[in-house]
Amino acid sequence: MTLKIHNVTAKISSAISLVDIAFEVEAGCVTVVIGPNGAGKTSLLRAICSDLPLGDGVITLNQKVISQWDAQSKATLLGILPQRSSLEFPFTVEEVVTMGRIPHSTSNSQNREIVNKALALVDCNHLIARSFINLSGGEKQRVQLARVAAQVWDAVDAGDRCLILDEPTVSLDLAHQEMVVRMFEFFAAQGVAILVVLHDLNLAAKCASQILVLKNGRSAALGKPETVLTEEMLKDVFSISAKVISNPVNGKPMVVT
Amino acid sequence: MERINHRLFIFFLLCVLPLIMLVYLSVGPSWIPPWRIFSLLGDTGNVDSTVIREATIVSAIRLPRVLMAAFVGACLACCGAAMQGLFRNPLADPSLIGVSSGASAGASFMIVFGAAWLDSSQVLGLSMVSVGAVAGAVVAVFLVYKLATDSYGTSVITMLLSGVAISAVASAMNSMFSYFADSEMLRRINVWEMGNLDGANWERVALIAAVAGVLLWRLPSHALALNAFLLGESEARYLGINVDWVKKELVLLTALAIGISVVISGNIAFVGLVVPHILRGFIGPDHRYLLPSCAVAGAMLLIVADLIARTIIAPAELPAGILTSLVGAPVFFYLLVKSKSLNNPERL
Repeated sequence: MTLKIHNVTAKISSAISLVDIAFEVEAGCVTVVIGPNGAGKTSLLRAICSDLPLGDGVITLNQKVISQWDAQSKATLLGILPQRSSLEFPFTVEEVVTMGRIPHSTSNSQNREIVNKALALVDCNHLIARSFINLSGGEKQRVQLARVAAQVWDAVDAGDRCLILDEPTVSLDLAHQEMVVRMFEFFAAQGVAILVVLHDLNLAAKCASQILVLKNGRSAALGKPETVLTEEMLKDVFSISAKVISNPVNGKPMVVT
Repeated sequence: MERINHRLFIFFLLCVLPLIMLVYLSVGPSWIPPWRIFSLLGDTGNVDSTVIREATIVSAIRLPRVLMAAFVGACLACCGAAMQGLFRNPLADPSLIGVSSGASAGASFMIVFGAAWLDSSQVLGLSMVSVGAVAGAVVAVFLVYKLATDSYGTSVITMLLSGVAISAVASAMNSMFSYFADSEMLRRINVWEMGNLDGANWERVALIAAVAGVLLWRLPSHALALNAFLLGESEARYLGINVDWVKKELVLLTALAIGISVVISGNIAFVGLVVPHILRGFIGPDHRYLLPSCAVAGAMLLIVADLIARTIIAPAELPAGILTSLVGAPVFFYLLVKSKSLNNPERL
């Protein structure tokens, strides 16, 4: 069990709290968190990343309480991509991605090789010498993805690796959303545990091993896409009347409105 | 803009710095040819009155002053770069965000209320005023950081307005202290407002050299942390950096260097803004190369500014701070217009 969330309760604001959230993110599996706006998805990730203090409950990473990890060795196996990033200094794309290697003690030439591979993974090799601040929103998003990919690129002795991504597809076109799905598959195949917040339910159905549905800070459903993505759930949690059909391409559930 | 190889660039700066210092030592009301500077400094037994006079000008007046300019400039430029990393914003200049004002208020406080100790000795007096200035600077950086910065970044408007507020409080306190001060104290307090290097002596050179040494020893060890900071505070934490510790040390280091600089030479504005900005254009924002380049280029800029300031209306002198402001203010306007977060209503 790479990442385990035991009955976590945390106060988000005076109006809303995370209440009694419990799930596990297994090595080699993709866990997708979905839910309407303000359901607490980002706050859940912040609680896991120690940015939001826990009221109750425990989070373990590789069987060790996450707050007891040494910051640097934790960073060698846990890559986190927040929803929005601000970088206002003219770093090149290569420099930004190389920062993902800060926690590691690999040599410069090894780092350069990993950075190139990570950039290839997100289809950004042609941007390597460009200044980050001049990129488009989608390009910035992909470069940040490459940075996090470079951070957890190699297996480390400290334990199983884990990726936590908050809405990584938000400013990407369709082709690059598919690319993100391939990136999940690439890392999952190496035994990396992936926890990701997505808004696109069909994309979630496509890549998830497990879906967690949040509503008002509480877990409304947890399980395989087939059992979670139902018309009742969509009505109850998202307040939409939608049909769930079988996706003709991959046989997964598909939400149509 | 195409980048220049950082090693070549730093090498180039290190070659030019001694040449500029040599020019500084030569130029002045009495011209001393550069090729005679070294023999004057080495020659102590000469009895010729012209030689003694020139040797005194060089070793007692110009040499301490050029060294003081170099160390103050290096401190200001490095602190500018470090603060811009800490605030994740290229507009964070120690004088603009009120740190220099905080330091001058702390120094004035010491001059007026610590007067009893100040008379006892020059060295003790200097160190008491320094303690006051550093304390004032720490309070100022801490306040601005708390007010303007959250986990998503720094609000430029809040940062600059905090600077205005702190400067206003500091100047009110300075006026209040002036009310209690006698004429000797007043003269000392006034030095802080101007920003010039004419008070150079070897004690001051030793003090600022020690501070510059600490700064150049400690800051580069945080270069990677500063790079990661530019991605965002949370991102730096996710990269395994002990963010709270690094922040504390950066605040203390910059406050120490700015505080002592203000004691030595008053409020010299914009060096911390202009030098890192120009150098980022040449070698990029990577602090591993930016910090050492800033040290050398900051020294060069302040030496040149002071050289012009003390020759342009000779035999009278301008405060060097006026010249750095004349160069720096337009750069500040340019950055303000260009500032993306300023045009982004979400970040106001």
